[in-house]
Amino acid sequence: MKKISIDPITRLEGHGKIEIFLNDAGDVENVYFQVPELRGFEKFCVGRPVEELPRIVTRICGVCPGAHHMASGKAVDAVYHADPPEVTKKLREMFYSAHYVHSHIAHFYALAAPDFVLGPDADPAVRNILGVVDKVGLAVGGEVIKHRGYGQEIQKIISGRSSQVVWTLPGGVSKGITEEERAQIEVMAKSCVEFSKFTLQLFDDVVLKNKAYVDLILSEPYQMKTYYMGMVDQNDKVNFYDGKIKVVDPEGKEVAKYMASEYLDYIAEHVEPWSYLKFPYLKKVGWKGFVDGKESGVYRAVPAPRLNVASGMATPLAQEAYEKYITTLGKPVHATLANHWARVIELMYASERLLELAQDKSTTDPSVRIVPTATPTEGVGVVEAPRGTLYHHYTTDKNGFVEKANLIVGTTNNHAPISMSIKKAAMGLIKKGQVVSQGLLNMVEMAFRAYDPCFSCATHSLPGQMPMEVFIYDVNRKLVERLERA
Amino acid sequence: MAKLKLAIYWAAGCGGCDVAILDTKEKVLEIGQIADIVLWPIATDHKYEEIEKMADGAIDVCLFNGGVRNSENEHLARLLRAKSKILVAFGACAHLGGIPGLVNLFTKEEVFNCVFRESQSIDNPNEVFPKPQSSVPEGELSIPEFYNTLLPLKAVVDVDYYLPGCSPAVPQVVAAIDAIVKGDLPPKGAVIGASEKTLCDECTRPKEDRKIKKFYRPHEIIFDNKQCFLDQGIICLGPATRAGCGNPPRCTVLSNMPCRGCYGPAPKVHDQGAKFLSALASVIDSNDPAEINSIIAQIADPVGTFYRFGLAASYLRWKRSNEKN
Repeated sequence: MKKISIDPITRLEGHGKIEIFLNDAGDVENVYFQVPELRGFEKFCVGRPVEELPRIVTRICGVCPGAHHMASGKAVDAVYHADPPEVTKKLREMFYSAHYVHSHIAHFYALAAPDFVLGPDADPAVRNILGVVDKVGLAVGGEVIKHRGYGQEIQKIISGRSSQVVWTLPGGVSKGITEEERAQIEVMAKSCVEFSKFTLQLFDDVVLKNKAYVDLILSEPYQMKTYYMGMVDQNDKVNFYDGKIKVVDPEGKEVAKYMASEYLDYIAEHVEPWSYLKFPYLKKVGWKGFVDGKESGVYRAVPAPRLNVASGMATPLAQEAYEKYITTLGKPVHATLANHWARVIELMYASERLLELAQDKSTTDPSVRIVPTATPTEGVGVVEAPRGTLYHHYTTDKNGFVEKANLIVGTTNNHAPISMSIKKAAMGLIKKGQVVSQGLLNMVEMAFRAYDPCFSCATHSLPGQMPMEVFIYDVNRKLVERLERA
Repeated sequence: MAKLKLAIYWAAGCGGCDVAILDTKEKVLEIGQIADIVLWPIATDHKYEEIEKMADGAIDVCLFNGGVRNSENEHLARLLRAKSKILVAFGACAHLGGIPGLVNLFTKEEVFNCVFRESQSIDNPNEVFPKPQSSVPEGELSIPEFYNTLLPLKAVVDVDYYLPGCSPAVPQVVAAIDAIVKGDLPPKGAVIGASEKTLCDECTRPKEDRKIKKFYRPHEIIFDNKQCFLDQGIICLGPATRAGCGNPPRCTVLSNMPCRGCYGPAPKVHDQGAKFLSALASVIDSNDPAEINSIIAQIADPVGTFYRFGLAASYLRWKRSNEKN
């Protein structure tokens, strides 16, 4: 049996590794996607005072610390049974909307756009962010850098830091904003809305007006019918900061809608000996292995799934874009590559929500924290991270020292689906031992990237491509071929 | 003049150090002009095999972030040490172990039990634990071996310079890169990209005559936004910590939160936690041993607070298991 190894970052350095096994006929037998890293946050959070956790768990990920800070902040409120002031909730959501603006712009322009603007078959040497800037013009490159920068700057104005934030405490946050700062944020938020319009138009011009790309999005190797998960507000619209978690089946029918505190009734995690990362699945459906369909508990939780579970977007321009998306692709959307489109719609929502909140003058109220008085016990905090539903669950003793911490991180939700998407892409390209080298690399890479996976953000590769090597072994594990990205 | 050969590598970190380098924006582009980047996993596609083929010392400077947690991290640390003229421990994890170093309070077995056996959402009736080699129906799979402790870079290889911070402040990264390019570096073993003062020296919160009768945890009171945290009875690592995170400091002044020491021990201090203990001893307002004890007992989680970033590099012994590292 032949074995093909793909190391996204290169063989030894990688924080994510793909192994493809071929059967005797030379077709794909199985695919393993391995995460070779573990740091043990769930253990060393034990014994810490729970109010310190929001500033400890940010170190799970240096690219999306904002998401961990929000989930943890909500969890410590719940542990202390503390309800923060309204202004604080608005400020947190404002902060988090800015985090989304930064994250989605970075992913779309640096990672997704090269595949579409330059095309999946373009020379890998130019298929990166610099190639995109070359094609669409330097002015656009400047706008990308500026608006991603606004996302970072707004987080800094609100919280004091743009990375490794230390802002939330049980019952509130450490600081608020002044009227001058609010006005500054409003100006930047307006600009972000305009930039989101531009980005949607760019997606329309480059992708949707090109039939070949639409066909590619809808092509069989990129389809997978799974359950979908995401957070919705009281009107059943997409929400990133707060609401209930909703799950729909592969036909789009609602099968669960639950509060953060009920998550253990709905999610369980499977373990394999060959990866340090666990595999979450829907508990009531059960773990049936790496298969899709209604009988398998595998679910997905990224932008397209979020749009599948909700009945729309809560802001006008995002709603307009959502309607076009559903009209074009149907609902639920099973196309993995549709995540790129959904992500741009979410960018519009995050920008519009950011502006709404920035225009609310009550956000300058300085009373941003209450002192909790109840005995701390247990709490779950959930937010919708850019890369999936993020759960933080803490249990403490009566003095607020952590006894147990459980974390289900955004990308982890998608661990099994990512493996399955890679397998599908590989099956489409490896037939009877014939490996389409460049095509295989491209398709595996595109399937993988649509999830924007973030293993401690380790699989992010900023110039728009993942360095890859493919090793092909014969039955005796002797290396017979090696393919490499030029 | 030949271009500088530069390597940037991450081990057991979070990616925040790489983001700090990217956040230097124009500087990153400038680096491309003045240096050949021979390795940077998140941004370029060079292969480690190319590094292995190089002669020893062929790389001018390697910025290494993250601690050493598994066999793969150690392999790369040794490889890059051999190939680099100057090895910089970049960021709190490579410098001191960082927050992931708190794991040294537990054994590897305790970590595995927690994550794969006792977690509330786990479904693992057969008690399957990840292991370096495993057989699947189609063949063999391997993942790196998870070590018993997390080590700072200097515990594995000889380090030339330390650039502290979690994550390092962007202006400090820019200044350090300039110094490296100009060859304007202090003697080996020095801390670069930071200040030679304590955080308290650079903090703008006015300090009164510190006399503490009671300690508070940050959420237990609405603290004064201007006054020194320690004066208010809130633990702040400022007296034991090196300045450099920003002027004014990014946590104590810009975020209105106490310092937790990410820039490591203050200049001339070896053990940050021990230094902080001695600083505390001088501010407790009592001469009665019983009262002193009761005041000290109010401090929540001394080890996890005084050694938040520096446990793996401290004088404290790690929790041992039967297995060797």
